[in-house]
Amino acid sequence: MARAAVRGRLNWMLGEVVELIDETPRVRSVVLDIPDWPGHLAGQHVDVRLTSEDGYQAQRSYSIASPPEEHRLQLTVERLPDGEVSSYLVGELRPGDTLELRGPIGGYFVWEARMGGPLLLVAGGSGIVPLMAMLRHRQASGAAVGARLVFSSRSWEEIIYRDELERLASGPDGPEVTHTLTRSQPPGWTGHAGRVDGAMLAEVGWPASDMPRAFVCGPTPFVEAVANALVLLGYTAPSVKTERFGPTGG
Amino acid sequence: MEKEMMRVDGNAMGGTLDDVFAREATSVKMVCDGCGEVEPLGAEHAYMQAPGMVLRCRHCERVLLVVTAVNSYYLLSFRGVRWFELPRGG
Repeated sequence: MARAAVRGRLNWMLGEVVELIDETPRVRSVVLDIPDWPGHLAGQHVDVRLTSEDGYQAQRSYSIASPPEEHRLQLTVERLPDGEVSSYLVGELRPGDTLELRGPIGGYFVWEARMGGPLLLVAGGSGIVPLMAMLRHRQASGAAVGARLVFSSRSWEEIIYRDELERLASGPDGPEVTHTLTRSQPPGWTGHAGRVDGAMLAEVGWPASDMPRAFVCGPTPFVEAVANALVLLGYTAPSVKTERFGPTGG
Repeated sequence: MEKEMMRVDGNAMGGTLDDVFAREATSVKMVCDGCGEVEPLGAEHAYMQAPGMVLRCRHCERVLLVVTAVNSYYLLSFRGVRWFELPRGG
């Protein structure tokens, strides 16, 4: 009893890397086998800790990309310029390596199918990761909940999970996906090309009268601009849940 | 403006606070001692630059709590929270 009280509730555990998936030039997914994983909810994250030979430790938080229905845990990591942890995870990690992590963490920015919807998911860049866990959970659970995703990326090549989103969207009862490409667009692009703003959200999002549940994730300026825009469109503040990744992303 | 760019939210403190409270903390509601607004911890503004983690009220920016990890212990201050609302188990 005393031992458990001293150790705390969330303990560091080891996961084995079983697969690595290159999502975009800068983004890689890491699939882990974690024997003692207690299960999780879509939207939660883990803390990953790297320890170098001289004992120096670095720790970062990464959103879980896999839904609760998957027994292997997937993290999707964007390599940041000067990112000491992300460069290692995206560039150096190999199948068979182990990663030290703790989790699952979070209870505010989570969605379970029984919470209902409709869902409005708004992602900026790597902010798509926890929202993808929600979409994968929605798919796996067969939840009869409407879902609309508004996803801002720099370019077509940098859309994380692009093909899977297309497959999900084309399925029966799939989510409606709206992309906006802010830096460059492919030839013949007829989609959106600007920042996500009130006008775009009014056009492709749910009206406030539908009482949607909104989840917004990405860089801090993006999240705050979108959350403010949703409130101006009539969304109640408690119905707009946010996860800020900081200045550049996470 | 720099400070606003660096800000995150209570979700980023989730791991540390789960350790501190020995329970999930980001869904805990808090009443700001400054303006009286009630928000879940995960929705409040968090500033994670060293040496400590600072949680501020998203409405009035008053400091709600500060957590600093020092060697083998945590230093905590709950200076700005009038009440916490913690769901009970069972």
